[in-house]
Amino acid sequence: MRRVVVTGTGVVSALGIGYDAHVDALRAGRSGIGPIELIETEGLTIGIAAEAKGYVATDHFTKNELTLRDRVTQMALTATEEAVARSGIDFTDDLGMRTATIIGTSMGGQHTQDDNYRLIYRDGKQRVHPFTVPKLMSNAPASWISMEHGLKGPAWSISTACASSNHAIGQAFHMIRGGMADVAVTGGCESGLTYGVLKAWEGLRVMSKDTCRPFSKTRNGMVQGEGAAILVLEDLDAAKARGANILGEIVGFGMTADANDIVQPSLDGATRAMRAALADAGLDGSEIAYINAHGTATAANDKTECAAIRNVFGDHADRLLVSSTKSMHGHCIGAAGALEMAATLSALGSGIVPPTANFEEPDPDCDLDVVPNEAREADVPFALSNSFAFGGLNAVLVARRFDD
Amino acid sequence: MSDDIRQRVRVIVAEQAMIDVEQVSPESTMDDLGLDSLGLVEIVFAIEEEFGVSVPYNANEPNSEEFDISTVKAVEDGVIKLTAEKV
Repeated sequence: MRRVVVTGTGVVSALGIGYDAHVDALRAGRSGIGPIELIETEGLTIGIAAEAKGYVATDHFTKNELTLRDRVTQMALTATEEAVARSGIDFTDDLGMRTATIIGTSMGGQHTQDDNYRLIYRDGKQRVHPFTVPKLMSNAPASWISMEHGLKGPAWSISTACASSNHAIGQAFHMIRGGMADVAVTGGCESGLTYGVLKAWEGLRVMSKDTCRPFSKTRNGMVQGEGAAILVLEDLDAAKARGANILGEIVGFGMTADANDIVQPSLDGATRAMRAALADAGLDGSEIAYINAHGTATAANDKTECAAIRNVFGDHADRLLVSSTKSMHGHCIGAAGALEMAATLSALGSGIVPPTANFEEPDPDCDLDVVPNEAREADVPFALSNSFAFGGLNAVLVARRFDD
Repeated sequence: MSDDIRQRVRVIVAEQAMIDVEQVSPESTMDDLGLDSLGLVEIVFAIEEEFGVSVPYNANEPNSEEFDISTVKAVEDGVIKLTAEKV
């Protein structure tokens, strides 16, 4: 089987524009959560989010380009531009044919939907903008990436709520490993900080009014975020042959369904997903040094995830570093796994593990080393990245430091 | 007035628990009535719609003192307080 490596990363998040800005903030334990400025918040109970405030559409796109690209597509394209540039890959006609584009997004073009539905439902207008459909469709980011970079191999979008990105990266990994593609542009994007989406989240009563405190006894819910992260994955031999800079290797992917509850997490489903990922990587678990947790800071997720980690790792759980970077970049739903893989790769490459920010007080139900508030230096040969979605769909990736 | 509010809260709870309103006693807990966290979220929504109030309930902090949901009576008291604050 072929080995699959990451040769490029690109990020847009509340922590900044670009992979370096994202990682610098993570290492500093700096949270991007703050008051929402993107939309009018009057009437919302929850006024905070991890908004990508540094992202200015007109810095990246012309007015004409913006007519056809929702904010979620813009972020995906901006991250792709960086990932492709960093990888140094040249998508010639032949290589484009052998490149897959697999992009996770939970909700697609929500700003387009919200803006246009408001026009007809509230303002009594008779028509919406003619490009409303191509802007809001969930496959728009994948399609635009393929169009702008000439990627003509398998391309589609994946929507599994909070696990979308991990499912996308995992599929891309397996396709290259199995020989269906030589290269993949993969990751995820989400931009759902709209009045309608935020109202919907408020209704579930799982949002925090102040901040995201994963694993802390004082945690009181999740904080929505927005952003995109894109990876360039390649067959190792091809990457080496062209002298690419290799940032890390993807070595395992496991996915399971809870078949249990539409919102409650499941100990069994999460446990099986981590075990499946380790088995796919051919590891027994003792090699893992770091877990980038799903860590949403809801009462139920964090407790269940910690118990699942104990199930899988036994005594080794006490030697693991487990952090939730959602404390800094927020819960970016369809982009979450990709932003977290960027964090995971940074830990593998540098040996600096990003912390769980906003941590206040240990919770006996989360009695793992959650790397509270300060980044930690550690030897990280292998790491796991967890995503457990609403609807009970779980996807776990295993990454390895590349030191070949 | 407050008796009327209590009765309306019980109707909402009974509907969600799929039982007759007579079976809802003030001392019943949500657990007693077979209501899980989703059922509770639906009750809170129905209360907000029925009384035109905003209920400070966060599913991550079910034991918060902001809005006591330990028993049916506690919920009734909370709604009476919220409606009084409204006027």
